[in-house]
Amino acid sequence: MMQLNTAPASAPASGTATAPFLEVRDLSVKFPTDDGVVSAVNGMDFTLERGQTLGIVGESGSGKSVTSQALMGLLKGTSAQVTGQAMFQGKDLVALPESAMRQLRGRNIGMIFQDPLSALHPFYTVGHQIAEAYLVHNKASKKQARTAAVDMLGRVGIPSPEQRYDEYPHHFSGGMRQRAMIAMALICEPELLIADEPTTALDVTVQAQILDLMSGLQEETNSALILITHDLGVVAEVCDDVLVMYGGQCVESGPVDGIFYDTRHPYTLGLLNSMPTLNSAQSRLNPIPGQPPSLLDLPNGCIFSARCQYAEIAGDGVCASQRPELRMEDGHGKRCHLSGPQLISIRNSR
Amino acid sequence: MTTFIIRRTGSLVLLLAAVSFITFTLFQLGPSDPAAAACGQECTPERISEARVALGMDQPFFVQYFDYIRGLFSSRMIGAPGAQTLCEWPCLGKSFQTNENVADIIARSLPYTFSMAIGALVLWTITGVGLGLLAALRKGSPVDKFIVGAASVGVSLPIPVTGLFLLLLFVNQLHLLPFTTNEINSPFGPHGPGAWVANYLLPWIALAVLFSASYIRVTRTNMIETFGEDFIRTARAKGLAPRTVTFKHGVRAGITPVVTMLGMDIGLLLGGAVLTEQIFSVPGLGFTAVHAAIAGDLPVTMAITMLAAFFVIVANVAVDLAYAAIDPRVRLQ
Repeated sequence: MMQLNTAPASAPASGTATAPFLEVRDLSVKFPTDDGVVSAVNGMDFTLERGQTLGIVGESGSGKSVTSQALMGLLKGTSAQVTGQAMFQGKDLVALPESAMRQLRGRNIGMIFQDPLSALHPFYTVGHQIAEAYLVHNKASKKQARTAAVDMLGRVGIPSPEQRYDEYPHHFSGGMRQRAMIAMALICEPELLIADEPTTALDVTVQAQILDLMSGLQEETNSALILITHDLGVVAEVCDDVLVMYGGQCVESGPVDGIFYDTRHPYTLGLLNSMPTLNSAQSRLNPIPGQPPSLLDLPNGCIFSARCQYAEIAGDGVCASQRPELRMEDGHGKRCHLSGPQLISIRNSR
Repeated sequence: MTTFIIRRTGSLVLLLAAVSFITFTLFQLGPSDPAAAACGQECTPERISEARVALGMDQPFFVQYFDYIRGLFSSRMIGAPGAQTLCEWPCLGKSFQTNENVADIIARSLPYTFSMAIGALVLWTITGVGLGLLAALRKGSPVDKFIVGAASVGVSLPIPVTGLFLLLLFVNQLHLLPFTTNEINSPFGPHGPGAWVANYLLPWIALAVLFSASYIRVTRTNMIETFGEDFIRTARAKGLAPRTVTFKHGVRAGITPVVTMLGMDIGLLLGGAVLTEQIFSVPGLGFTAVHAAIAGDLPVTMAITMLAAFFVIVANVAVDLAYAAIDPRVRLQ
């Protein structure tokens, strides 16, 4: 089981030979703009071991994708200011220069994007793009790269891969394109795979196939997977651990069962509550009222307080005035002023 | 592919027919009287009507027009009855001014126009695309701002200003370059490629200043847009070198609008750069066309107008083919 660590202040279990596979400490990303500094990610902490799947959940603009791009080093060379630490195989992904980061990208860390049509280059054949990913990191002939790419296309379930190799992305269906993206991300067998909303642009039937495929390949290679999504159904299906993000902060983190059945943050409760279910009689969805906070000007208190229906329960206006720390209990963390018993009574009252 | 060629050839013929008819009609409606011009200073009404017969202008409009069109397909006789001369195929008529075969005039002018167009084209493509790309890569930096600023200045400088300034500076003041001469119209001529370059360098620069400005802006805008595309992020995520990301993935995708512009501009320029040829006294198609139009020399004007239209249309077809080569999505099935 993967460990979700406590607040940044606590010292990591350092010095031992068993350093986590990926350890992110106090990761923050800020974008200076004409209107001020946008705090997209604020003090993220998490660890991940090989073979494990971490789901990062949150609504649009909560900082999920920015977190993944910071880990991939894709923000290097932009105006973004990335601070904190992300230790991966003894290297700090945040501090690593672009040239060294490039060696890791594709080889050690693979990435799958949301919309496979726009993520694939329209002018090159699917096979060429996959073989290209192989050639960057392997000393191989073009013929060997082709063989590897055809093999990979077969492994991701594309029928007659030898023919499909020479086709262009626009010849592929949405699901096939995402399979091709997965083939491209996995051709060098990276130990860490980051999937940024990999099923959002796909049909529901295809979504399940893609998730199965990713889980299967992950098992084969014993890689770690960070799955970014806003779909809690997807999370329930494939994740071991979950990190709920809101306003660039982690508001709740823990094992997937704990998040679903022992929910400890009002925002997560709201997310779960707004999920449509097949067997409920209700005809209307239950959205969380209000808007996410502006990342230009985050409130002093709890970031979620303005939309939280339970803010008064904590008393003394503490929710509006004081930013809660991420408090851990049995590997399950919450960033909320409400006490355990208070949350339990809230959960039971629904 | 065959359908494509047939369709494009068909539209080429139709367009040329339309262009020739319009030019012919405009000329008839216009105020110029080539017969009066041809009969010289001591002119009598008799001599004017003689000249009119000799130029074939006594015939009805449609007879004149179809005689002209006939010449495009076969040799024909030209001139007053009794004094006819043979105009060999392809017969574009004979100049009203010099009685010279128009096809010969065109053949003489073309190398000058080609010489000017080719160098200018190479120069402005390299500077335009190169600087545009540099500006896009350094977006927001002082380099970018300088290039964009220079492009704004360049695009607002008319050819007479840059042309005369270049002549004044490099020929008149610094004596670095010779004044343009009619003797050189090819890099393979007796004077050699060096003299050819020296002869045409200033017109090239004058044209390049004007044209590269818009190429800089189009390249910059499109490259900035392309560098923001998802597939560029994918290319980076694969661990590709920045050079590969920029050129193989970025430039190829972002360059298509430049190809379109290039095709149109080549077509236009081959039809004759009127002002530039005038200022640098290069006797190319533009120069010849202007003088023919002023003198009311219908056959020469017609021929150059149609040739210019032909170049534009062919350039369009070339653009379509280039598009298919660059972008597989528009490739013909």
